[in-house]
Amino acid sequence: MASDLELTPTSYITHHLTNLTKSVGEEPFWTLHVDTLVMSVILGVLGMGFLWLIVRRATPGVPTKRQAFVELLVEFVDFEVKNTFHGNRHTFIAPAALTIFVWVLLLNMMDFLPIDIMAWIYEHVFGLHNWRSVPTTDVNTTFALALSIWLLMIFFNIQVKGLGGWMHELFCTPFGKNPILWPLNLLFNLIEYVSKPLSHSLRLFGNIYAGEIIFLLLGMWAATGVTGSFFSVILSVGWLIFHILIVALQAFIFMMLAVVYLSMAHESH
Amino acid sequence: MNINFTLISQAVAFSVFIWFTIKFVWPPLLRAIEERQKQIADGLAAGERGKKELELASQRSSEVLKEAKQRAAEIVTQAEKRAAEVVEEAKQNAKIEGERILTGAKAEIEHEVFAAKEALRQQIADLALAGATKILRREVNARVHADLLASIKEELK
Repeated sequence: MASDLELTPTSYITHHLTNLTKSVGEEPFWTLHVDTLVMSVILGVLGMGFLWLIVRRATPGVPTKRQAFVELLVEFVDFEVKNTFHGNRHTFIAPAALTIFVWVLLLNMMDFLPIDIMAWIYEHVFGLHNWRSVPTTDVNTTFALALSIWLLMIFFNIQVKGLGGWMHELFCTPFGKNPILWPLNLLFNLIEYVSKPLSHSLRLFGNIYAGEIIFLLLGMWAATGVTGSFFSVILSVGWLIFHILIVALQAFIFMMLAVVYLSMAHESH
Repeated sequence: MNINFTLISQAVAFSVFIWFTIKFVWPPLLRAIEERQKQIADGLAAGERGKKELELASQRSSEVLKEAKQRAAEIVTQAEKRAAEVVEEAKQNAKIEGERILTGAKAEIEHEVFAAKEALRQQIADLALAGATKILRREVNARVHADLLASIKEELK
């Protein structure tokens, strides 16, 4: 909590939604959300490290419980990829999908942490005034992921179909080869190429961000008195339980869309 | 909603994590899983093979058993036959032997009876001759009547 400020609903919400920033250049663009980056790197290292530690000693014999858990996860991802992508998925798409799923899930799961307690811990244990726990409520994270997928999409398009093949597809699908239709086709494809990363990233961002806002609003209600606290607790628990579904579902949707986009890049029309 | 350098740093982190997964996480686990799938498939095939072999073996064993039973029955039949033969032979032998002994005994008895008769006849003849000799001592000249005496002796035989 910002102890030196007067506590109003606005300051409460603003405080919770302010990143710890660090400037690395002259322009406003060259700022870094330290909290977002540190949290996501820590979680990524934890998640991937956990997988690596178990997989390192993976045995084809009777698996340990931990290995069975990882296998369950991997086979779940692999199954989804296999159903969508018809090529050698093991070289890139399946491991990438696993990374996306695990990482995004862990980032989203930070939303389960009680916001005010975490804020207190960050303030009084680490001395960090502004620190946001959930990297996926930062639009930079979701855009970074979606744009990476988008660039890979273009890369695979060119790699699989060649530059000419991709251009052909941009100008001649979906309406036909007739030169009159070329502008229309191109416009259509451009809209598609713009909308894909936007919808991809904003869907994840919106869901998790809204989830956090609702927790904040319920937290504010709790500050109004006994009745507010009572209902706030009940509704927070309900929302938290529902949020477990959203967190997992959004991670899954994000992964599936990435797989679908990359698969589409591999297939010619 | 301010896009800034965080985006680029997150994208870099993302690519590093993807690289890490591709390099270190995915291949060993995939290898383990594929190896296990192969082992399971092999095991199932071996089980199937074993089942077939068992079927064959049980078929073979029942055949052997049937043969053995048949053979045993044959042997029993033969043995019974042989036993009957042996009994029959023994009976025959006993009968022959009995008859032989009987014949021998009969012949001996006959022989003895004959010998006794002969001895008796000899004694009677001697007695008669002695008697007659006593009676006729004076009148009968043995030398003269030798013919007569011999004929009497002949008749008494």
